[in-house]
Amino acid sequence: MHDIYNFVVGPLAWFGWGVFILGAIYKLVYAYNKFITKDATSAHYMSWKFGLRSIGAWLIPFFTTGWKNNPLVTAVTFVFHICLILVPIFLSAHAILWQQFFGIEFFWTLPDNVADIMTLLVIAACVFFAVRRLAYPRVKFITEAKDWWVLLLVVSPFITGYLAYHQIFNYQFMIVLHVITGLAWLALIPFSRLSHMLFALFTRAYIGSEFGGVRKVKDW
Amino acid sequence: MKESKFDRKIDDIGLKEGIAKLTPEKIQQTFQKFMDSEAGAKLRVYHETCVRCGMCSEACHFFVSHDGDPSYSPVGKVTQTMNVLINKKGRVDAEFVYKCAQIAYTECNLCRRCMHYCPLGIDTGYIMSMVRRFCHLLGVTPQYIQDTAHSHSATFNQMWVKDDEWPDALLWQEEEARDEFPNLRIPLDVVGADIMYSVIGPEPKFRTQLIYQAAAILHEAGVNWTMPSLPGWDNSDMAMYTGDFEMMGRLKRAHFECAQNLKVKKVVMGECGHAFRSVYDMGNRWCGWDNYPVEVVHSIEFFAYLLRTGMIKMKTKFPGPVTIHDPCNIIRGRGLMDELRFVAHEIAEEVIEMTPNREYNYCCCAGGGVINCGPPFKNVRVKGNKAKAIQLRGVKEKGVSTVISPCHNCHGGLEDIIHGYELGMDLKFLGDIIYEHMEKTKAVE
Repeated sequence: MHDIYNFVVGPLAWFGWGVFILGAIYKLVYAYNKFITKDATSAHYMSWKFGLRSIGAWLIPFFTTGWKNNPLVTAVTFVFHICLILVPIFLSAHAILWQQFFGIEFFWTLPDNVADIMTLLVIAACVFFAVRRLAYPRVKFITEAKDWWVLLLVVSPFITGYLAYHQIFNYQFMIVLHVITGLAWLALIPFSRLSHMLFALFTRAYIGSEFGGVRKVKDW
Repeated sequence: MKESKFDRKIDDIGLKEGIAKLTPEKIQQTFQKFMDSEAGAKLRVYHETCVRCGMCSEACHFFVSHDGDPSYSPVGKVTQTMNVLINKKGRVDAEFVYKCAQIAYTECNLCRRCMHYCPLGIDTGYIMSMVRRFCHLLGVTPQYIQDTAHSHSATFNQMWVKDDEWPDALLWQEEEARDEFPNLRIPLDVVGADIMYSVIGPEPKFRTQLIYQAAAILHEAGVNWTMPSLPGWDNSDMAMYTGDFEMMGRLKRAHFECAQNLKVKKVVMGECGHAFRSVYDMGNRWCGWDNYPVEVVHSIEFFAYLLRTGMIKMKTKFPGPVTIHDPCNIIRGRGLMDELRFVAHEIAEEVIEMTPNREYNYCCCAGGGVINCGPPFKNVRVKGNKAKAIQLRGVKEKGVSTVISPCHNCHGGLEDIIHGYELGMDLKFLGDIIYEHMEKTKAVE
């Protein structure tokens, strides 16, 4: 089991990170090239001022029309994304890995009990999203298989991580599963719906530029 | 998503004849070519990143009016059309293309209201216009709107107005107006005039009194203006909505060449929405222009200017309360909501607002070329905009019986809604009220 563990946090982890980083670069460069060549008449209107204004507006919960009209989704979405980003980075157990493999020293990590609650919040949010997909006709109608896969992909490392931390079932097995699902999550960011992690700021900035610069109205 | 059933197919000869000429190979090759040569990062990134949250649903008047039927939501419409095309790499049958065309041309007004709801900023209006572009490339377009596009190609105006009929219509209106304003002229082809006044094809065709009114206002204000007598006078652009972007570009060039040949300082355009979109947003881009080559001023801005400077003074104000319907292409498209309110308050005694309004306004359901798809789809528009009828009924109960809307398409759409839901309200252009209630110092008593 130790060999497997060493393999997944060693070569497999490098592979996962490699796919993520190279994939992300590839996707961003490809999109950028397409944007400035095929969408040149859109790229022309990109504006720092209106782009940042739009990103800023949509980062404030309940500020925009979309957020205001969907208060529950807004609350869950914000909590979900904050936890989703903070826990994997600032978890104390992960800080050791950051130090060990990348030489990055953290001055602060999440207290374990807080991280524990945040993990549960992520799982709860995923359950909420799943129920919404099943029960809400407007979401059910547009849900594809890949929407389910992506939800499973996102929630798996959190479930396995929680089980491993609390040593429920077999710890060794669970931690290996946790690393594998975590890496799959990372590696598939550029190649799934999760690519909105890479593109959201750009799509937001673009439409902000169009609305602010060309159409002279708010895009929220 | 499972292949959804499409149980609202409407018979249209343009669509029917269009798909009859298709083969699976042609559809697939055209789609491949479309993706390789025209579709850029926007379409691909939108397709990949839309997380299917459905938050855009309630933005759409079609969705709201159909009591939350998810097949009418913005993302629902994308899911049924472009999403399938991209996933299947264009390997679809002709019947599917029919469905795409019907959804894209008649169930989306490209009003972009959904943009206020999407956290990722996905431009559904753009995606639907790309579906239209693909249908156009396949020759599958509703007959009525295609007829206007053909008219654009053949005559450079939308309504098959012949070269001699156009100046004839202007001279006729001049003659009529001279009964009221003895010295009024509709000056044709005056090189070096300050302003070129331009209208859409339907004005000479069946709303000719609008030209009379505009001439009266410009005459009373003492503006140095002119109108072109040659093709290029029409600022409208249905080719933009059929997806015939090549023709859209030719139309814009012809229009601006008209203005440049006349060496005018500005183009002032009548109360139209889509024509405005085509000059500041779509046509200019196709031609590779950052903006319009000659400044285009919408009637709203122009009336505001005339009223602010006192060039036009109101003798009386329109009695009784009015409400304002904000046209998408001028308001959500160009931010003229405050100017519109300035003018409305100057010319009417009382303005009672509908909500949501300004850039959050519900579309009239005629825009985006939907009304131009003609009688087969009239009920789609009327039933698809119960939301607007409810809004109108709300202000009607507060005593409003007049709706101001500075857009021809909105007038067409709202008229059908007002009749369809028996609301008994009147529609007015700003020009109608200004002409009726302004001081006419140059008119005979």
